[in-house]
Amino acid sequence: MLAQNVAFWIVAVVMAVAALGVVRTKNVVHAALFLVVVLAGAAAQYILIAAEFVAWVQVLIYIGAVIILFLFGIMLTRAPMQAQGDLDNDQRGPAAIVALGLLAVLIVLLVDAFGAKEIRLTGDLLEVGRTGAVGDSIFRQFVVPFEVVSMLLLAALVGAVAIARRD
Amino acid sequence: MPINQFLILSAFLFCTGVYGVLARRNGVLVLMSVELMLNAVNINLIAFSAYGRDVAGQVFALFIITIAAAEVGVGLAIVLLIYRNLHSPDLDQIDQLRG
Repeated sequence: MLAQNVAFWIVAVVMAVAALGVVRTKNVVHAALFLVVVLAGAAAQYILIAAEFVAWVQVLIYIGAVIILFLFGIMLTRAPMQAQGDLDNDQRGPAAIVALGLLAVLIVLLVDAFGAKEIRLTGDLLEVGRTGAVGDSIFRQFVVPFEVVSMLLLAALVGAVAIARRD
Repeated sequence: MPINQFLILSAFLFCTGVYGVLARRNGVLVLMSVELMLNAVNINLIAFSAYGRDVAGQVFALFIITIAAAEVGVGLAIVLLIYRNLHSPDLDQIDQLRG
């Protein structure tokens, strides 16, 4: 087995346990900290298949900014720092059935469709994930979507301020 | 490296997110579960980008990260407003439209 495969499975198991922690823990702050583990694990997986720029953007934006936003949200809604019993509603059973059913369907589908396909770990993979290649692609091929998404981000953040301010 | 292991990890994260959205009642925790789902999609895009040797998948992942940041900003503002009006972040209490 490749060293990359071993690393993948170690990180994947940690991510899976932490993801279950996000949806099962009784403490809101712990859920945010479990989410950090999942997001950092995803960044590690991107590094494994040589997507270095996206990995660092993931660390900066998700772990740096989004988690801080979540912690502010927890603080501003005055969630208690200790465990709470009433974080789940009464549809846990149906929710678990839906999630497990979806997982079963997806796994059957993926094994059927991509069972034998391999990501070739050769030198040309490094060229795809190069920061220069990603930047070229954004500012040549995807420049209009890039401008649209930046306007959307501006509009969303102005909207968030407008919604949340007191008057 | 089989592409399937990335896709199955991503499917697992997505389903965990679905469970969280359906079973959580705290608004902040529902937003965290939505983040799990968006992150699962990103893992898929990066895996296919490496499989097809096409950088477009990584650009799409960057766009999704941007959209996720915007979504969290607006979502938390809405949860904050709900908290201010109902004095609880509990989404089950928003039943003013019930007949």
